[in-house]
Amino acid sequence: MYVAVKGGEQAIDNAHAWLAEERRGDTSVAELSLAQIREQLALAVNRVMAEGSLYDPDLAALAIKQSRGDLIEAIFLIRAYRTTLPRFGYTQPVDTGAMACDRRISATFKDAPGGQVLGPTFDYTHRLLDFKLAADGEVPAAPEAEPRREPTPHITEFLQGEDIIEREPASDAEPGDLTREPMAFPAGRAVRLQSLTRGDEGFILGMAYSTQRGYARNHAFVGELRIGTVPVEMEIPELGFSIEIGEIALTECETVNQFKGSKTVPPQFTRGYGLVFGQSERKSIAMALVDRALRWEELGEDNVGAAAQDEEFVLSHADNIQATGFLEHIKLPHYVDFQSELELVRKLRREAAELAENLAAQEAAE
Amino acid sequence: MNTNISAQDRKGWMSLLASADEARLSELWQGYGADPAFDWLRAPEAGGVMVRGRMGGSGAPFNLGEMTVTRCALVLADGSAGHGYVQGRSKAKAEIAAKIDALMQTSAADDLRAAVLAPLAAEQTARKEARAAKAAATNVEFFTMVRGED
Repeated sequence: MYVAVKGGEQAIDNAHAWLAEERRGDTSVAELSLAQIREQLALAVNRVMAEGSLYDPDLAALAIKQSRGDLIEAIFLIRAYRTTLPRFGYTQPVDTGAMACDRRISATFKDAPGGQVLGPTFDYTHRLLDFKLAADGEVPAAPEAEPRREPTPHITEFLQGEDIIEREPASDAEPGDLTREPMAFPAGRAVRLQSLTRGDEGFILGMAYSTQRGYARNHAFVGELRIGTVPVEMEIPELGFSIEIGEIALTECETVNQFKGSKTVPPQFTRGYGLVFGQSERKSIAMALVDRALRWEELGEDNVGAAAQDEEFVLSHADNIQATGFLEHIKLPHYVDFQSELELVRKLRREAAELAENLAAQEAAE
Repeated sequence: MNTNISAQDRKGWMSLLASADEARLSELWQGYGADPAFDWLRAPEAGGVMVRGRMGGSGAPFNLGEMTVTRCALVLADGSAGHGYVQGRSKAKAEIAAKIDALMQTSAADDLRAAVLAPLAAEQTARKEARAAKAAATNVEFFTMVRGED
């Protein structure tokens, strides 16, 4: 028998009213403005843009406020909003070589042309709590020096001169788009990169860490890490030419990895690539490591059975909205499912008890 | 209506308007004063565009993620058509951008350039230079420690 159950509307409405009140918190404390979130919690905003896969700092700030700082919930809100937007088109690929760099470092070349530019980094801080921030404090202006006006060249260009690193084949092949077609395997590197850049930072970090600890080891150097802004250019069909439709901040990581060569390729360095919206340094390094691990087949490396080499495993579990949706749905009413399980277990127990009784009776008879 | 506008010029001002700060653009536009009558060719609508990157910075393209863009198109009484394509979701900003794009194709171009575009461009350059100057101050100077006899 199946009994449909209704109810809970009033409880749900009241729960949401209370949620709104709790979100606001103590009303004697000033309310957060979206501008405050955008400007002062910028790295949270960046994460929501990257994993929400929509570059709009004001919307990300709104999502963070609405979600009470639960970033996965905020990402969920952005993903849901994103689906309501008509798609105007695809941009030309951004030119990261023309990036106006806030930060640009190389762990492989000390004297990289363009310099080692630290930018606004947490590196070399002592990770001690700064109690001055607990009080209101004026921040002194950051020092300035003669600005660099020419573009900063990519580090890999120098290695390519020696032909000692693999070349990225030039191509304008139309990439797959996982927001348009469901993922199928093998996904190919373009879809892998799209999936990784919007994937959960924690998951990508864990996968990348596993490669460093020996699961699909491919010893990586950070050849270059750069953070800055690039213009985004798009062809406008009604005009017949392209314009810059805006400017976005990006973090790009290129790893340089050991490679002992294969039957057709002499020993050379190989590459992993990370490119993420906003200042998202940890994520882009992790993305580059996972990208490199997933390239084992095209590079003729052994599949050692590591999780980070398994495209289907990585891409199917990288998306925190899919993951949290499936994980959290089990807290919702499953009364009917559970009722049938309950019936089944009772039946099995009854049968087991009857069997035991029969056996006992048989033994007594013998 | 001036038909001798190069695509390069037009690309320049449309690009400048696309990433302009909305509050500042609106202030400069109001300072310019004139607000021409127009008809919509396409009312403002917000949407998304898929931004692409290249593997390794230089290889095959892939889809990176979307960004918000608002677009509109209008026509002035003299027949000049203007297009607005701006970053973000502001319909007001797209409307101003389209009006400026249309007026830049008329005899108002010089005045408008002086009143709106030139200050916007100068401020954008100053903002970029200030950031680049802060970045430059964090450029590492390495010192070599001489060790050993010679």
